[in-house]
Amino acid sequence: MKKLTGVARIWRVVILLIVGFYLLLPLFSMAEFSTRAGADGGRTLDSWAAIPTAPDLLASILVSVQLALLAVLGILVLLVPTMIWVHLRLPLMRRPLEVICMLPIAIPAIVLVVGIAPIYRWLSQFFGSSPLSLAFVYTILTFPYAYRAIDTSLRSVDVNTLAEAARTLGASWPKTIMGIIIPNIRNGILGACVISIALVLGEFTIASLLNYETMQVVINLLGKREGQISVAVSLAALIFAFVLLIAIPTSGKKQEVAQDGA
Amino acid sequence: MEPKSNAGAAVELKSLRRAFGNVQALNDFSLEIDQGELVALLGPSGCGKTTALRALAGLQDLDSGQILVQGEDITHVRASKREMGMVFQSYSLFPHMNAQENVEYGLKLRKESRKKDRRARRAIEMLELVGLDTQSKRYPHQLSGGQQQRVALARALAIAPDVLLLDEPLSALDAKVRSQLRDEIRRIQLELGTTTLFVTHDQEEALGIADRVGVMSGGSLAQIARPAELYERPTSALVAEFVGLTTPLQCEVRDGVAYLLGSSVPVLPGSVTNGAAVALLRPESIDLVPDPQSQSQVLTVSFLGSVCRVVVQLEDKTLLTVQALSEKIGDFPPGSHVGFAFHGSPVFAKPVA
Amino acid sequence: MTQAQIVETGSSQRGAGFRRIKRWLPYLGVVPFFVLVAVFFLWPTYLVVTQAFVADDGSFTLEYVKTVATEEVNLNAFRNSIQVSAVTAILGGVFGGLLAWAVANGRNHGVFRRATLAASGVFAQFGGVMLAFAFLATFGFNGLVTLFFADHFGDTILSNPTWLYGIWGLCVVYTFFQIPLMLIVFLPAVEGLRGEWREANDSLGGSTWRYWRHVGGPILLPSFLGAILLLFANAFSAYATAAALISQGSPIVPLQIRGALGSEVALGGAAFGKALALGMVLVVGVVMFGYVLLQRRVSRWEQ
Repeated sequence: MKKLTGVARIWRVVILLIVGFYLLLPLFSMAEFSTRAGADGGRTLDSWAAIPTAPDLLASILVSVQLALLAVLGILVLLVPTMIWVHLRLPLMRRPLEVICMLPIAIPAIVLVVGIAPIYRWLSQFFGSSPLSLAFVYTILTFPYAYRAIDTSLRSVDVNTLAEAARTLGASWPKTIMGIIIPNIRNGILGACVISIALVLGEFTIASLLNYETMQVVINLLGKREGQISVAVSLAALIFAFVLLIAIPTSGKKQEVAQDGA
Repeated sequence: MEPKSNAGAAVELKSLRRAFGNVQALNDFSLEIDQGELVALLGPSGCGKTTALRALAGLQDLDSGQILVQGEDITHVRASKREMGMVFQSYSLFPHMNAQENVEYGLKLRKESRKKDRRARRAIEMLELVGLDTQSKRYPHQLSGGQQQRVALARALAIAPDVLLLDEPLSALDAKVRSQLRDEIRRIQLELGTTTLFVTHDQEEALGIADRVGVMSGGSLAQIARPAELYERPTSALVAEFVGLTTPLQCEVRDGVAYLLGSSVPVLPGSVTNGAAVALLRPESIDLVPDPQSQSQVLTVSFLGSVCRVVVQLEDKTLLTVQALSEKIGDFPPGSHVGFAFHGSPVFAKPVA
Repeated sequence: MTQAQIVETGSSQRGAGFRRIKRWLPYLGVVPFFVLVAVFFLWPTYLVVTQAFVADDGSFTLEYVKTVATEEVNLNAFRNSIQVSAVTAILGGVFGGLLAWAVANGRNHGVFRRATLAASGVFAQFGGVMLAFAFLATFGFNGLVTLFFADHFGDTILSNPTWLYGIWGLCVVYTFFQIPLMLIVFLPAVEGLRGEWREANDSLGGSTWRYWRHVGGPILLPSFLGAILLLFANAFSAYATAAALISQGSPIVPLQIRGALGSEVALGGAAFGKALALGMVLVVGVVMFGYVLLQRRVSRWEQ
């Protein structure tokens, strides 16, 4: 890549400073707000220490984590095999599958919840009022992001040739998929799982309107009563999600072909 | 007023230096190109040839050195003011413009072609030159790789550049298109008389197209000469080995004559002149003769048209590649015993490693 | 001979039938996936679209749709939603686009790029409720900036934070997740600009301005407009941040729907909610259609 000229470099710094200030100021405010001690301007970590004692919070975090794991499970046992299968055996289904997977972006969650409420009333006959039944709809909400991560991986390794090679060497379909394809799109799958976890942990709309107590719902309720604690939890959750996402392997990008560096 | 003719300018690169970290991409690199000449820079990856070309284009800063075009120092002139037409390896066409718009792009910036119809005429003329005038409304994604490179060539030539710079323009194409386009570049270059610098790692390409070929190594020129001279009279082992096919063979040199394969042959200037050495033999510098007493045996024969390439296993198991006329190949079936005769053209002998 | 022929024909007929089954067999593999999607996504969407026209007694009615399309409070909610979405899509698009350029011109695999992308993912897709709290801590009644302005500048707009709970407050907060979303969506396009294009422009005598005006700009334009549409749809659909920020009143459509769902006891509350949702589907549908058209144009240029 060509180095920027002097003027462009100054512009770059200016842009980073302005946008960076706007994006970091609220985070700084959260840290400041959650560590206030009274009106005299002292600092205390009391709010942070009080997080574990906040009513319902730990239980709701547990629920959200379980939901996230269930959504990951859904991606692993449903989306990944379906995508690989369609890629290898049903090329005609590729376009429909993509459209279906992308649809949740086009249908707002607030719209979906309107239509899904009756279905969940019916579902509660089987699952009781367990919030874990949210896993069904959450899995679908993760499809657009998971699809893109896995699809990039699938495209970058030419799975069809790999599969043909494995098949001509005598591997069965299950062996081909488990032993050859999946290891080669590992990064894409990992990325899909991480994004899905973040997405489920952050979901509020559906849980709140179907009256399930997930982490976001409880944090929101907490905000009405314990402002400082809720801000502390929020910041902690944001930092946690950041750490989670930064661990995503840089997947999908094709290896750059070695070129004449001269 | 019509755009000026394409007559090129003489170029002089004086001891260019450029380092990337610890790597000396250009190390005291000097080169002169005459007006209207086509010089090819040849070398392996990382030898600095592309850096040299980009330095001439103004796309690469230098640590030191001087660049003169027609005697004028342009070392510190910006790329956009240098009047160089450049053709890249691939993908350099603007994807949202059709072929004609691509060719017109450079013209729009120039006073003499502000008029729209004049500009269009010039663009069509250029596309005609590269044989694409019927495809002028096509977009890059509708053109084949070879056609894209033709448009890129037309675009570079449309501004009547002082120097035409070709940065491995053929390496992304398949073999047949490559040799076709190579010949065409040469035809156009001769027709317009544009001074041209052509960078490639493909020696056949370089030898086939250029007036002179410079072999680069470690950021400087190892040798620059006409193609035939470069091939027949390399001045260093590096050039001998990089240009054309050679088989290294142990030999004994005494007073400028190498003794090997039961025969003798003079060595080139720059070679080892006395003592043990390694001779670098060209396939066509040796003739095969039937010799039932010999311990050397023909291993394989591959047919290349009027000549065949014969691999011979010598007594000590080393393999020697020799060229033979196809009409005589019946005398040397695989397994037959053969002897050798030099036809006198000198060989290069390098020191034993 | 004849018998053999019959047998042969018979077996080949069976073979054809078997082959036909075999050809369809692979489709079984995708059934579980489509069942899940049908039950938990396609069916509810279908319900929203159709039930908006069904009255309490099960008969067809245009009553609810008419209410949504004519009542001032509903129209106002749509107007507000569109305004917030448009403003934040453009602000997010411009600043996010500049940010994408700044990130693309940094070191390719550097820590900075990685951290920026991860943070963008968090803000754009995880934030929701927490972003509302972030802005309450900044511009709320006891927020950092509010107190700072109250202390140093007395009575200014920033020291009286009621604006935060209105339309312009939503704009400021939404822009916070629109900029990172823009970065994520737009960065690939910026990184797709080839160095050769810039260098070709330079060697043909073009300036920096000319490059952006005639090459870089036009190439990025479809991607940019597409990203703006995506941002619009994103803001239009957003619920969590607004819900956490605004607990009384329903200035935008998603909050109107919350109200409708909360008051199901009221006559036709659910169907009214569906009519509002139908309106959202229409708006987002049009926007996403434009997005797909632009995407198609972008992929044509890719080689």
